[in-house]
Amino acid sequence: MRIKKNIAISESGFLFNPITGESFTVNPIGTEIIQMLSDGRSGDEISGAICDRYQVDRNTFEKDLADFLGMLDHYHISQRHEQEEA
Amino acid sequence: MEKFRYERPVVRKLESEMPNKFGMRTEYRPTTHIEGVAVKDLLATYGSPLFVISEKTLRNQFRKARKAFTTRYPRVQFAWSYKTNYMSAVCNVFHQEGSWAEVVSGFEFQKALGNGVQGSKIIFNGPDKTEPDLEMAIQHNALIHIDHLDELYTLTDLAERLKTRPRVAIRVNMDTGVYPIWDRFGFNYENGQAWDALNKIMHSGKLELVGLHCHIGTFMISTQAYAIAAGKLAELAIGVRRKFNHTVKYIDLGGGFTSKNTLKGAYLPGSDTNPTFDDYAEAISTALLNADFGSDQLPTLILETGRALVDEAGYLLGTVISNKRSSKGKRITIVDIGVNLMFTSFWYDHRVTPAQEFTQYSEDTTLNGPLCMNIDVIRESVSLPLLNKGDHIVVHTVGAYNMTQWMQFITLRPAVVIIDMEGKPHIIREVETLGTVNGQERVPQHLASFEL
Repeated sequence: MRIKKNIAISESGFLFNPITGESFTVNPIGTEIIQMLSDGRSGDEISGAICDRYQVDRNTFEKDLADFLGMLDHYHISQRHEQEEA
Repeated sequence: MEKFRYERPVVRKLESEMPNKFGMRTEYRPTTHIEGVAVKDLLATYGSPLFVISEKTLRNQFRKARKAFTTRYPRVQFAWSYKTNYMSAVCNVFHQEGSWAEVVSGFEFQKALGNGVQGSKIIFNGPDKTEPDLEMAIQHNALIHIDHLDELYTLTDLAERLKTRPRVAIRVNMDTGVYPIWDRFGFNYENGQAWDALNKIMHSGKLELVGLHCHIGTFMISTQAYAIAAGKLAELAIGVRRKFNHTVKYIDLGGGFTSKNTLKGAYLPGSDTNPTFDDYAEAISTALLNADFGSDQLPTLILETGRALVDEAGYLLGTVISNKRSSKGKRITIVDIGVNLMFTSFWYDHRVTPAQEFTQYSEDTTLNGPLCMNIDVIRESVSLPLLNKGDHIVVHTVGAYNMTQWMQFITLRPAVVIIDMEGKPHIIREVETLGTVNGQERVPQHLASFEL
């Protein structure tokens, strides 16, 4: 999964979709994850990085990550690799 | 290296073009302690969910109400409404403060007696008083508030049989300018039913008419309705004096005062908009003082307010079971507090706060209970911090009705704890067990065993 190229991302956690005009706010961990997604890192790599830095177990984080990625998809902020290739 | 505190990732759409007319602020400020006792310690000791009652708030609320009325009217008596919360410990706080008991069934009557209330200080309301109930009330010299003619005739017969003169009042319903008119309790004022009942009582001579009562509604946001009710009861009392040369000793305006809860659909929080004790006292006292009573004939004002005294003192503590998403992407948080424990969630948007610190990030959340029922919704939509499984929440202003209307359904009813004036918790009702439920059941022999 990747962040769509047209999404503007600020370091302070604001996202802007210039096509729809929609704005979003993301908390600091969400901002880190989005940054890692933009850098092309996989879900496993993101889980490893977050669990190394924060007081969270892998199971909890993977559940929360799946929920977060689901919401990025829901808001059309992200796209799957196959969508990108198509 | 020490790891950072974790908060689950969240993305929230900014909807500046759509102001939320029901928008209340997010409850970021946690309720970590109740009367100095840590919420997490209470839950660790007594289990989750857990009802907690603050004795300090009970007494403060009562004293506020008493001050509001006694500074405006010379004769005031409170009677604790048992149906609002009949935990004996709660009742006894109000009895210690000077409240009589107001009961609406034989069961409640016996509970009040068991708590040590003298029968003469028990007000017996309600439409369902059986003959044995009435006999018990007569023998204890209680104040019996007659709801309908069948009861009046039964009482008259009992008075004859027991060779005594029961002390009675009639319950009066009336148009107080609010909709709907509560006309199911007692005798109607406008159409003459009330005078009909009064004539029957006075002409029979077998019952001693001591008071007039009304119960005009529940969660009454209009204080003017009480002023109208007080005025109409005063007119009846003056009429009885004129016609029969008989003095009605008290006027009882029942209950119905609001707490600070917010009714569903209200634009503003109840804490900002609902009347105070002073507002009610001003309306009622003014109406009674303006009536044509001589200065030595002012009746005692009895108040049976329940909710306004006990609601703020009650908290319901619970634990997050899980987080999930609805089909439309809305956050759903499941907690171990169901509507079976919080009947009032059907009426109010209860204030819910986390019991631990969070950041300023929040989500629009639906709070669901643990029951396997679609209606098990504690809050349809509430902005809450990012709760995780195992986090605790505190539901506020649940002291009224929930500990009497709760249902043993799917789960067992939890313990109830009161925190005393020194900040010490005491259990006042044990958590239910399987034995609580099964103990009442009987299985016929032919259904005692089976093979699968």
